[in-house]
Amino acid sequence: MAQAVGSGTIAVRGLVKRYGRTVAVDGLSFDVRPGLVTGFLGPNGSGKSTTLRVIVGLDAPTTGQVTVSGTPYRTHRRPLHEVGALLEARSIHPGRSAYNHLLFLALSNGIPRRRVGEVLERVGLTDVARKRAGTFSLGMGQRLGIAAALLGDPGILLFDEPVNGLDPEGILWVRNLMRSLAAEGRTVFVSSHLMSEMSLTADHLVVIGKGKLIADTSVSDFVKGKGQARARVRSPGAQQLAGLLVAKGATVEPGPDGAMVVSGLPAEDIGDLAAAQGLALHELTPLQASLEEVFMEMTGHTVEYKAAPK
Amino acid sequence: MSIAADALGMEWVKFRTVRSTYWTLLFAVVATIGIGALVCVVHINRFNHLSPGDRLEFDAVRFSLAGVQLAQLAIGVLGVLVMTNEYTTGVIRATFAAVPQRRAVLAAKALVFALAVFVVGEIASFSAFFVGQSILAGKNLDVHIGDPGVLRAVFGGGLYLTVLGLFALGLGSLVRHTAGAIATFFGLLLVLPGIVAALPQSWQDAIEKWLPVNAGEAIFRHGHQFGTGHSLGPWTGLGVFCAYAAAALLAAGFLLGRRDA
Repeated sequence: MAQAVGSGTIAVRGLVKRYGRTVAVDGLSFDVRPGLVTGFLGPNGSGKSTTLRVIVGLDAPTTGQVTVSGTPYRTHRRPLHEVGALLEARSIHPGRSAYNHLLFLALSNGIPRRRVGEVLERVGLTDVARKRAGTFSLGMGQRLGIAAALLGDPGILLFDEPVNGLDPEGILWVRNLMRSLAAEGRTVFVSSHLMSEMSLTADHLVVIGKGKLIADTSVSDFVKGKGQARARVRSPGAQQLAGLLVAKGATVEPGPDGAMVVSGLPAEDIGDLAAAQGLALHELTPLQASLEEVFMEMTGHTVEYKAAPK
Repeated sequence: MSIAADALGMEWVKFRTVRSTYWTLLFAVVATIGIGALVCVVHINRFNHLSPGDRLEFDAVRFSLAGVQLAQLAIGVLGVLVMTNEYTTGVIRATFAAVPQRRAVLAAKALVFALAVFVVGEIASFSAFFVGQSILAGKNLDVHIGDPGVLRAVFGGGLYLTVLGLFALGLGSLVRHTAGAIATFFGLLLVLPGIVAALPQSWQDAIEKWLPVNAGEAIFRHGHQFGTGHSLGPWTGLGVFCAYAAAALLAAGFLLGRRDA
């Protein structure tokens, strides 16, 4: 990997992308750094794929700038050594074999032929390398796309929805692959609309909605900072306690099996309040908001198409 | 190594690793030789029934190269597909991510395609000529490759197919959709002459010879058709045909740089 200034960093600055009258990306700015798995999250249609396409120079920004390792993608000579990308839509000719697909990519960037065999081995497609890609399952197609991304041994890797179509074993494999690529000091930028998937893989999150930045933070800060404090409370004097909590500004909802879920007040305050009133507590469990809940809460109003409330 | 070498290596592998390449080129060769032979057989059998005027019109070169008319359909489709296939399958994204210098990609693609079509086209054209002449020799109606203008016409068959293919490739890159590009291509090639034929005679005379096919065909025509004012000279015609192809490719190159892939 080259050691130039900003090497391995993706820098998005004031990116706006319009298609006709549709604004797909609306003033995005963020950095993606080496050595981490950075999750790129947003509901479907929020502009993730567009942003990734702009990063690899397929689409030109309407305004703003995107650089990889300090300069725009299109100015890189033999860019596969710098950036490897698995884009969301398939980009494989169904009549061409996996080997030949990788071979033309290798030749285009001066990558030795033996490297084709190596990446096929790494993604587990060696046995079907000479088969036409059109016969591949969705998961095998994804593996071939990942092989293409790894071909130039790049310092930056982009994966657009990499676990789509993979079986559980494949999902686990992708997770481990991304973790190990980051551990090798590479920049790994992974888009997903599934928060739960990111909670298992990512160190850092860039969250967008309707083309705008919602959060750019570590996974742990994301949950702490945005999740509302909640606690599950069980008490013989539940009725009385609920009244006191509501008076303090908390929200009380009935939980499963007679417990109540209190939000808006830290667990410590709930305990103190019960003690002050001499009320017994049978359970007081602080609830960590799941990444998914935080995500829904934050992006709920930015979702382009959502089901009508019942 | 230069960008050009990278792009050429890539395009050569892409060109030779899909089946449609082989099928269309094989069809072009078989059609050129087969139709040429057929037309020669038909004409030699009818020769005794021809009027003296029709016997004067007898054109041994044209009959043996008649199959180029059918081969051009295959070459045109292949030229379009070489480009539009990348868009329909999404390979264009892998291509442009690998080589962001898009005009170099277009140039390499055009060069690889042109060389392949040129070699195959010449093989087809010369084979068709010799097969056709051997049939016509049965009644001593054959011409020799060394006769005036014959070599140029036979060589012109391959040249015509090559330039026609490049024109199709340029249109494929402009239109990006297979069906639309093929429709546009055959519209210009086959339908446009029909429309011009519906114009007043004086307009026809002025326009007709400048149409892509009419201009291009001059290079593999031989004998009587020249000097009537209804067609361009062989090399002028080829030059005009090349200008159509160049215009399509230049427009394609211009738009490639500006459009999102």
